[in-house]
Amino acid sequence: MNRVIQVFTKESFLVPLFAIILGLVVGALAMLAGGFNPLLAYESLVVKVFGDLYNFGEAIRQITPLIFTGLAVAFAFRTGLFNIGAEGQFIMGMLGAVYVGVAFDLPPIIHAVVAIIVGALMGGIWAGIAGYLKAARGVHEVITSIMLNWIGMYFANYILNAFLVPKGQQRSEIVHDSAVITLQALSNFLGGARVHWGTPLALICAVIFFIILWKTKTGYELRAVGLNPHASEYAGMSVNRNIVKAMFISGLFAGLGGACETLGVFHYLAVMSAMPGYGFDGIAVALIGGNTPIGIVLGAFLFGALSYGAAGMKFSAGVPIELIRIVISSVIFFVAAHGIVRYLLKPILAKRKEEGR
Amino acid sequence: MNLLSTVKTVVEMRGITKRFAGIVANDNINLVVKKGEIHALLGENGAGKSTLMNILFGLYQPDEGQILINEKPVQISSPNVANELGIGMVHQHFMLVEPFTVTENIILGNEPKKGLTIDIRKAQEEVRQLSLKYGLKVDPEAKIEDISVGMQQRVEILKTLYRGADILIFDEPTAVLTPQEIQELIQIMRNLVNEGKTIILITHKLKEIMAVCNSVTIIRRGKVIDSVAVKETNPDDLAAKMVGREVNFRIDKKPSEPKEVILAVENVTAVGNRGVDALKGISFEIRAGEILGIAGVEGNGQSELIEALTGLRKVKEGRILLSGKEITNQTPRTISESGLSHIPEDRHKRGLVLDFTMSENMVLETYFHPDFNKNGFLDFKAIDRHAAKLIEEFDVRTPSIHTPARALSGGNQQKAIIAREINKDPDLLIAAQPTRGLDVGAIEFIHRRLVEQRDKGKAVLLISLELDEVMNVADRIAVIYEGQIVGIVNPKETSEQELGLMMSGGKRTEGGGTVE
Repeated sequence: MNRVIQVFTKESFLVPLFAIILGLVVGALAMLAGGFNPLLAYESLVVKVFGDLYNFGEAIRQITPLIFTGLAVAFAFRTGLFNIGAEGQFIMGMLGAVYVGVAFDLPPIIHAVVAIIVGALMGGIWAGIAGYLKAARGVHEVITSIMLNWIGMYFANYILNAFLVPKGQQRSEIVHDSAVITLQALSNFLGGARVHWGTPLALICAVIFFIILWKTKTGYELRAVGLNPHASEYAGMSVNRNIVKAMFISGLFAGLGGACETLGVFHYLAVMSAMPGYGFDGIAVALIGGNTPIGIVLGAFLFGALSYGAAGMKFSAGVPIELIRIVISSVIFFVAAHGIVRYLLKPILAKRKEEGR
Repeated sequence: MNLLSTVKTVVEMRGITKRFAGIVANDNINLVVKKGEIHALLGENGAGKSTLMNILFGLYQPDEGQILINEKPVQISSPNVANELGIGMVHQHFMLVEPFTVTENIILGNEPKKGLTIDIRKAQEEVRQLSLKYGLKVDPEAKIEDISVGMQQRVEILKTLYRGADILIFDEPTAVLTPQEIQELIQIMRNLVNEGKTIILITHKLKEIMAVCNSVTIIRRGKVIDSVAVKETNPDDLAAKMVGREVNFRIDKKPSEPKEVILAVENVTAVGNRGVDALKGISFEIRAGEILGIAGVEGNGQSELIEALTGLRKVKEGRILLSGKEITNQTPRTISESGLSHIPEDRHKRGLVLDFTMSENMVLETYFHPDFNKNGFLDFKAIDRHAAKLIEEFDVRTPSIHTPARALSGGNQQKAIIAREINKDPDLLIAAQPTRGLDVGAIEFIHRRLVEQRDKGKAVLLISLELDEVMNVADRIAVIYEGQIVGIVNPKETSEQELGLMMSGGKRTEGGGTVE
């Protein structure tokens, strides 16, 4: 039990927690400035998420893709790469899954599995392109992965229009039932909330994330290359191959997220006029989660719950949905500017240190 | 000596104590520095020298004690206050803006203005005047990224002078310099003192203290051990005080018994970083049971030679044979697995992954061996056992095997690398600058390990810029000049003068003399 307490009073845990509180305070101030009641707003936010089974299930649905993209960004980060392209990889995952789901006829389960694998691979390859360009040509992955987001979106639109969208419509055909991954029994229990196999898969991915990085030979190499490419080269590792590998695995996580989103939630893919945004939020989730698997799951929960609960805020307290973006942005700001948080926390941390002696 | 006592005291630190979480970095330290002297602060890595000077420069606040500047008590709450009091610091790691010119760096934060713009011409003139006055030759218009490390250091010195410093703190200034640059720096320090400046020199190099300092304060584990005039002491005495025991400078070693050829380098040519050939048909060989030292001025192809031998740089022409097997242009891993170990010249860049734990660092080149790698999963219990064994055996002082390498002192980091490399039981051990920046205790340890390898019948290649080191440790010395070996000499039959001449391009004749 002591250990549990220790974990929760660790600085790495306290700082994000405090950042969240500060973010909520800033959000409250913004609401006050706008003439709204922040207490009522936050209360209705919580009620919206936890008030009934259906909404709780829907909040889970909102959280799931953020776990995937958070893992994608964090994995790259752990290997010294900044994958801003989780968005594009997510889109490629959606595209791959919807293509297999619509265009192929396979037995149940197998169909879903194949669609998920294809989606994941599409995401992996998409990220791998950025990795390859860095390894072979020295182009910075931030530039290429941002560009690949747009290329990915328009490429997906093109494929949709050319092969999957019936004439005169704006979205693809529905994937075959055999490819759908809804958790039917749970969904019934949760009043029809769109819960799907992606959620347990995301949690498994968090475990896999940990195992790859900290238990395997591959992970050892990836981390070494990320932390010190010169020493890795000296030690006989191939820096370039590891960069491609790291991006590929990172993209797999994002692609999986995209695949599960289409097969589990919408069952179709609409022609996009804007990015879905999960990839970008993944950066924030990875940041607030400290690039650790548990942190990412918790971070995704926070962000997912906040954005889902925002609807409740609007309904009960009249607070515009956009305000929740202020809260989220403030939280990110305080996590990124952890110097400020540490400064504010100083008295508490100093006291603990004294006791620790 | 009586003369000194009448001279004004410019810096006095009384009873300074500074604690960091768990350790006492400075324990009731007293330091008295007289005007116009060069005062050395001697101590091993981690003894508390830098902490003390950071307190004097206002970067840290002492927990106890008092500071007097020019016999007046002061509170140095920040480096700005230190500047106002005439204290300047030349840091070990330079704080310069690389794309800026020398002048721009010097005036940074203190720019002379003409209306709304910087009066760059006036600034350049001032810099020129200052450099003339103290014999610091620098081009005020050159960009920092284009000038040598020695020049960059002069810019740092000028920066403090420009801000009107009278008391200059030098933090390990020679660690990054070549022997020539060290000589020049010593001259600069003398000029500064002649012009009435006072210098505090943080160092662990006894030779420098003997050469240039007036007095020396020795610090060990946060406490002042002694404060003496340099005239009244000698290197052996200083070393013993610094380390706390007798130190053996001379390495006791029996004559080498060279056996079969382990490494043969035949006419190797390789392109350097600047795009021209850095190695121009270099040839030499090393036998089992001997240490070959490579002496030379920095930048004559030493780094490229190491990289060519270890597979980190492409060889354009020529062959490299290790125990008779060709390793030319093989991958670093193949070469490493063929029986070559390498203590890299830059331990932070190549030698360690600083954010890895010690345990992880100890298997950097061997993690894929079946001992540690089970079907793609690493056996961290075995890795930990391995690390614990090596750390014990090589006396690496680390709080735990799970401490990040970054947290260790330079000496202990180097010991860890040496442990890892020797443990691979290589036929050839390449030691590049193995003692750079280390204190005498660690140097002694490392030299003994190199000789031990030799005595076990292994070949050792020692590449060093320190002539003393090469002459002490090596059995044969090859002198490298502009990418070629210009001569091989026996350390017992040569002198520093002869080596110095060869290092600057003079060739040795068969008879033993030198010709140009």
